[in-house]
Amino acid sequence: MFKIISKEELAPGITRFDVEAMLVARKARPGQFVIIRIREGGERIPLTIAAYDREKGIISLVSLRVGKSTALLAGLRQGDNILDLVGPLGNPSEIKNFGRVICVGGGAGIAPVLPIAGALKDAGNHVISIIGSKTEGMLILEDEMRSVSDEFYICTDDGSLGYKGFVSGLLEEYLEKNLSDVKRNKTNVDRCIAIGPAVMMASVAKVTEKYGLKTIVSLNSIMVDGTGMCGACRVEVGGKTKFVCVDGPEFDGHQVNFDLLMSRQRIYCKQEDTCYDLYKEECRHKK
Amino acid sequence: MVAKSESNKKRTKKVRIPRTSMPEQDPGARKKNFEEVATGYTQEDALLEASRCIQCKNPTCISGCPVEIDIKSFIKLITEKKFEEALEKIREKNTLPAVCGRVCPQEDQCEKECILGIRYEPVAIGRLERYVADRELKRLADQGKECAYSEVTRKCTKEKVAIVGSGPAGLTCAAELSKKGYRVTIFEALHKAGGVLVYGIPEFRLPKDIVQKEIDYLKSMDVNISVNAVIGKTLTVEDLINDGFKAIFIATGAGLPHFMGIPGENLNGVYSANEYLTRSNLMKAYKFPECDTPIIRGKNVAVVGGGNVAMDSARTALRLGADHVYLIYRRGEAEMPARNEEIKHAREEGIDFKLLNNPVEIMGRDGWVDKIRLIKMKLGEPDQSGRRRPVPVSGSEYDIDVDVVIMAIGQGPNPLLTSRIKGLKLNSRGYIDADPETGKTSLKGVFAGGDIVTGAATVILAMGAGRKAAKHIDQYIRTGKW
Ligand SMILES: Cc1cc2nc3c(=O)[nH]c(=O)nc-3n(C[C@H](O)[C@H](O)[C@H](O)COP(=O)(O)OP(=O)(O)OC[C@H]3O[C@@H](n4cnc5c(N)ncnc54)[C@H](O)[C@@H]3O)c2cc1C
Ligand code: SF4
Ligand code: FES
Repeated sequence: MFKIISKEELAPGITRFDVEAMLVARKARPGQFVIIRIREGGERIPLTIAAYDREKGIISLVSLRVGKSTALLAGLRQGDNILDLVGPLGNPSEIKNFGRVICVGGGAGIAPVLPIAGALKDAGNHVISIIGSKTEGMLILEDEMRSVSDEFYICTDDGSLGYKGFVSGLLEEYLEKNLSDVKRNKTNVDRCIAIGPAVMMASVAKVTEKYGLKTIVSLNSIMVDGTGMCGACRVEVGGKTKFVCVDGPEFDGHQVNFDLLMSRQRIYCKQEDTCYDLYKEECRHKK
Repeated sequence: MVAKSESNKKRTKKVRIPRTSMPEQDPGARKKNFEEVATGYTQEDALLEASRCIQCKNPTCISGCPVEIDIKSFIKLITEKKFEEALEKIREKNTLPAVCGRVCPQEDQCEKECILGIRYEPVAIGRLERYVADRELKRLADQGKECAYSEVTRKCTKEKVAIVGSGPAGLTCAAELSKKGYRVTIFEALHKAGGVLVYGIPEFRLPKDIVQKEIDYLKSMDVNISVNAVIGKTLTVEDLINDGFKAIFIATGAGLPHFMGIPGENLNGVYSANEYLTRSNLMKAYKFPECDTPIIRGKNVAVVGGGNVAMDSARTALRLGADHVYLIYRRGEAEMPARNEEIKHAREEGIDFKLLNNPVEIMGRDGWVDKIRLIKMKLGEPDQSGRRRPVPVSGSEYDIDVDVVIMAIGQGPNPLLTSRIKGLKLNSRGYIDADPETGKTSLKGVFAGGDIVTGAATVILAMGAGRKAAKHIDQYIRTGKW
């Protein structure tokens, strides 16, 4: 049992939980994730570790409500327990001084970008952050991101805050303005990290490819065990099948087959909708 | 002389009793439910079957059992209706009798060596083993005991030993060490202990509450089970050593799924058997939406492979509502590694065996599987394993319509832990190089056994390895000698 120490709604449908998990907190590094099971009969779902406190033995998880399991999670209160939690899983992000690094976070994906941006900053990088959401009210962790960034940009799809448009659009403008070698279309940026919905990562990768800018993405595939035992999480990278849970979750964005990722993410769409609808119905009855 | 011919007569009478058949659910009914297929002997069945045993002077069956259960004696005890003592007799060598009685390939082990088998049919040793184990579970349940053996609680005080993996190898090693008084902790990556017994073998063959009772028994022996602990990630082997564990037994199984490497394997609807069975068994996807984990319920399902894993997948697909399940195997039935009983059950339930066939491609539409292309095979020259090598018949490709494909072509060693232990010697296939007699690895204090050493094998062999390792772990801790 893993106790929820505190809970905060960051934006409508996006909740942050601080959870007591001593062993995981001791080992966690930026880029890694855990798998949780909320209650008996529940699914195993992966969540990125958004922060950790080794002394206190606490990790933070940020979850976007999209179906029954995440709705159940959102319904837990401070003091409640998560039945199972295992980790840290996956490989940590590569952290070193690359020089100038762009960190792109979209939607709930800003949460996993934060510890990576922080670690990159600590490693001496010049950190340029671009974060985005649908609308101002949905933007999370703005102050936290700002505090680890040397340059900081916001965009919203509807223009309610910052640049109007997608993160990939703003990114392209930034790169265009920062060409070190106009002829060869090279920028003065050394690396890009992008985390968010698969479509967003795909469009970011498309933009950076033009500039030959190495781009790391963190893939959010469906998982079961998270230890390489089932293959539910398989994706195609550079034409080869990889298991996100053990080979990733981070991969070279220019090598990832995003169409396949998105297709595989939709495998259980129908079942999930049925399950969620039943659950909502159940909740209505309880009320 | 007179006495001898009397006893000879008795013997002849005995052996002429036909082998008592196992009561089973009707195939038509059972293929629609997840309840156990074989329902178990009644007392009459068991007594009759036990009476067939001629109590050989040199019982050959015992040498056929990988853990050398005193089969002759336990069967004698059954004929005397001393059921509890019969179970104790089995327990001397086997800590999981209710499991082994169900899933051991007896036809290749004890029953293969049974003398009656030469002229008649062997004694149904496995069914008797199951009977005495089940009888005890039922007796305890009737007394209203939640945990079957909760009365035997005790306290272990000796050195700490860590066991990685809670499959049959780990469970057995833990039980043996705990009997010797060691403080044992089992670390398990998943949220539930039992290894393949809980995530792989389906409910209809091995009910999960039976496995749970065996695990409760261990807990009552003061074995600590720490689930949600991936060794190599949550804790490292160094952490365990620093934590004061004097020896470590690695029993992580062979859990890495193999795919064929043919086009279309990443389409939606293609599963590894591991994923398919884990969803259905461990996560209870067959109860979706009552349980939250989904699984695709295919109408036409193709399972690729010929072992127990393939049979289990095919029969699970049927129970999940498939109209048609194909079992695609590149060799013939005689070469199938699955247990005879599983093949028989699968046939009875209507699985369509496509023998001497091999997939070459999986085709899809809009990201989903819709066809599988097969090529016919013929058996050529024997290969290294002595089995005749299947070779494709060129130009014989054809397609069948399917919406789910399950790859059950074998598993390999998961490098997650083994690659993170400095100095641990692996063999060329990635399995741990350990002494089969002692379980000792290249690292002092680190032992290994079960599928992670042998490659995918059997429950009883994994248990045997756990048992041997326990003996040598004890020796090592007592003497300090490696
Ligand atoms: C579907 C299926 C059907 C089978 N049917 C039969 C049958 O009928 N009869 C028979 O005799 N055999 C059968 N087998 C084979 C048999 O189940 C195995 O040989 C046996 O379970 C091996 O036992 P083990 O203890 O070595 O490993 P496993 O049972 O595989 O257990 C290993 C455990 O270790 C855990 N683990 C792995 N890595 C780590 C880590 N790093 N940290 C912590 N824990 C870890 C795993 O989660 C798992 O729980 C079947 C196998 C399968 C898959
Ligand atoms: S453990 Fe397996 S091999 Fe040994 S007697 Fe029982 S059924 Fe036969
Ligand atoms: S989640 Fe099972 S292998 Fe990755």
